[in-house]
Amino acid sequence: MKKNIEWTKRHLLGIEDLDRDEIVTMLDQAEGFKEILKRPIPKVPALRGRTIVTLFCEPSTRTRISFELAAKRLSADTVNITASSSSFLKGETLKDTVRNIEAMQIDMVIIRHSCAGAPLFLSRCVEASVVNAGDGAHEHPTQALLDIFTIREKLGKIKGLNVCIVGDIAHSRVARSNIHALTKLGAKVTVCGPKTMMPVDIEKTGVTVTYDIKEALKKAEVLNVLRIQAERQNQLLFPGTREYIRGFGITKAKLKKYAEKDILILHPGPINRGVELSQDVADGEYSVILDQVTNGVAVRMAVLFLLSKRRKQ
Amino acid sequence: MRILIKNARIVDPSQGIDIKGNILIDRGRIAGIGETVKDKDAEIIDAKGKITAPGLVDMHAHLREPGREEQETIESGLRAAVAGGFTTVCAMPNTSPPCDCQAQVKFLYEKAREARTANLLPIGTITRGRQGKEISEMLELKEAGCVAVSDDGDPVESSMLMRKALEYASMAGLVVISHCEDRSLGGDGVMHEGYWSTVLGLAPVPAEAESIMVDRDTQLAELAGASIHIAHVSTGKSIEIIRNAKKKGIRVTAEAAPHHFTLKDEDLRTYDTNLKVNPPLCSAEDIEALKKGLKDGTIDAIATDHAPHLENEKEKEFDYAPSGMIGLETALSLSAMELVEKGYLDWPGLIKKMSTNPCQILGYERGTLKQGAVADIVIIDPEKEWVYEKKQIKSLSSNSPFIGRKMKAGVTDVIVGGRVVVREGAILDA
Repeated sequence: MKKNIEWTKRHLLGIEDLDRDEIVTMLDQAEGFKEILKRPIPKVPALRGRTIVTLFCEPSTRTRISFELAAKRLSADTVNITASSSSFLKGETLKDTVRNIEAMQIDMVIIRHSCAGAPLFLSRCVEASVVNAGDGAHEHPTQALLDIFTIREKLGKIKGLNVCIVGDIAHSRVARSNIHALTKLGAKVTVCGPKTMMPVDIEKTGVTVTYDIKEALKKAEVLNVLRIQAERQNQLLFPGTREYIRGFGITKAKLKKYAEKDILILHPGPINRGVELSQDVADGEYSVILDQVTNGVAVRMAVLFLLSKRRKQ
Repeated sequence: MRILIKNARIVDPSQGIDIKGNILIDRGRIAGIGETVKDKDAEIIDAKGKITAPGLVDMHAHLREPGREEQETIESGLRAAVAGGFTTVCAMPNTSPPCDCQAQVKFLYEKAREARTANLLPIGTITRGRQGKEISEMLELKEAGCVAVSDDGDPVESSMLMRKALEYASMAGLVVISHCEDRSLGGDGVMHEGYWSTVLGLAPVPAEAESIMVDRDTQLAELAGASIHIAHVSTGKSIEIIRNAKKKGIRVTAEAAPHHFTLKDEDLRTYDTNLKVNPPLCSAEDIEALKKGLKDGTIDAIATDHAPHLENEKEKEFDYAPSGMIGLETALSLSAMELVEKGYLDWPGLIKKMSTNPCQILGYERGTLKQGAVADIVIIDPEKEWVYEKKQIKSLSSNSPFIGRKMKAGVTDVIVGGRVVVREGAILDA
């Protein structure tokens, strides 16, 4: 599986833009950084003197802190900007905000935005490297990388695995990035959720679609369970939480009844306990949700490191 | 002052002619047409190798004045029009204030007169203030010189109101131009629903958001015994409905915009906000349906939906950018490249879509080179190759995804009311 390549890309905007070898390079690099995180002093000087800005125009705790920690472990200087504290509130455009920040000599911008395409737009406005930390329903590349890193770590491979993504596929950037990453690495991907939450032509991305959780659980070896947003109920996407749990909530009882194998349980967080995942599954022996969070730092270190290495040339 | 256009390929679908010959213009009108027409004293325009046709008529443009004069004015919009070969432009009424009364109509005519380039035809609103609540004063609008009514930019949501508006407009002698969009179905969508909206994660608008309204409005036109014109048709589903309605004898006409048959949803991979239009760019299959619809006559006209927006309004996240692109200066070339070069229409067929038919739909006595007609004429070099560059744009806005694109076929000369307004590609100052 190992075939590491020289990194050439300036930005990480989506998994769709990466080829298989680039994804593997990222994962292998992250493996090295995970070792560093276990040391007594988990810090290396790789990005000393570099300045990295996190620009979060949408609420996030886990992803922002994960990126910030990753940068700090690499000895980069970090600055955090959130929408509520920035000049967006004064009507400044995204382009102006970032160009002003860039004028202060920064090397990289990590952006989270509710609009699909915002990171690509930004990458055309600035010289700095741009990392997509989630854009609307488009992509969340580092989440997919940490998901497949965790799967590879636990199961030793990706190729040929039956991976099922369950939940609101239509509004999920995690689903899209995972689909790109998993299919590029040769996994068999199924998406499962209510028909109202399934985007059109999703099967053309190379996945199998089912609306039946029994069928989804039958063959699955990995389950990536998405967060259900309560506000989607107002958008007529599902009749209510109770009904969702009945149809698509992952419970120990359902796993026991329908799954043929032990299933690795992933969730990008934050979890709605008792909705998409029952308590006993979220904290169960096959749950790797906290490993995902740990791996997230290593994966993001790899992303920042590889993009910066390219910048140096 | 007389003008003699010599050695021309004269294409005039209103007379069914495509001949070699000369055209003499005298006192603003066509004085003679044919091989033997001559005049020793006239100013000569040698049109050898070029097509001479009735001036193009755009049924659908947003000229922004009054209200958003930094985006476009009547003057700049009409300069863009003549640069693109249009001798008449219909101004959509979604200005601020909207064109819903006599004073507004007169203002537009006055501004156009001052501009001394292309003719302007005002379109009035269907509903007072474009509020979608009550019918506008259409008898007054007609008397003041409106040719049609439209709430373009917004659909008329109430079916009852649309029925009454169709009845009232047909009595007043006005065509209703309908912006077909079911907003409750389209929701907050920003692009055509399909594989690409799924991949790009942009909120989707299904084709049915348009076609359901096309279906409703053609049925209402039948019920009201009125004629209706469907603006900016973009989907194959709508075309099918219009085709069937025409077969049934319903008086429905339709237009398509060049960007809708030139660009597709996949192009949004760049998230270029200049590609954000409403209705959104559709699939490759829809484009094929549009071209076939133009070929078989289901779509009667090509209209630009010229919609100027400032650079700083477009330099935003895709979701936040306004919809629309400019089109007056590129419509002819794009149509020639997509429809004539690719064999869907011949030149007479294209002139029909861009001049003859729009005039017929609007009851506008232009779009013809008949002896005695007002001399609104365009001369086109079908072989001209050029690059659309930002610096040449006459519009005040430059929101076009076609900047930098190689173009084929171009306007060389434009005559409006017997006066040469564009000569060898340059606008002459009045």
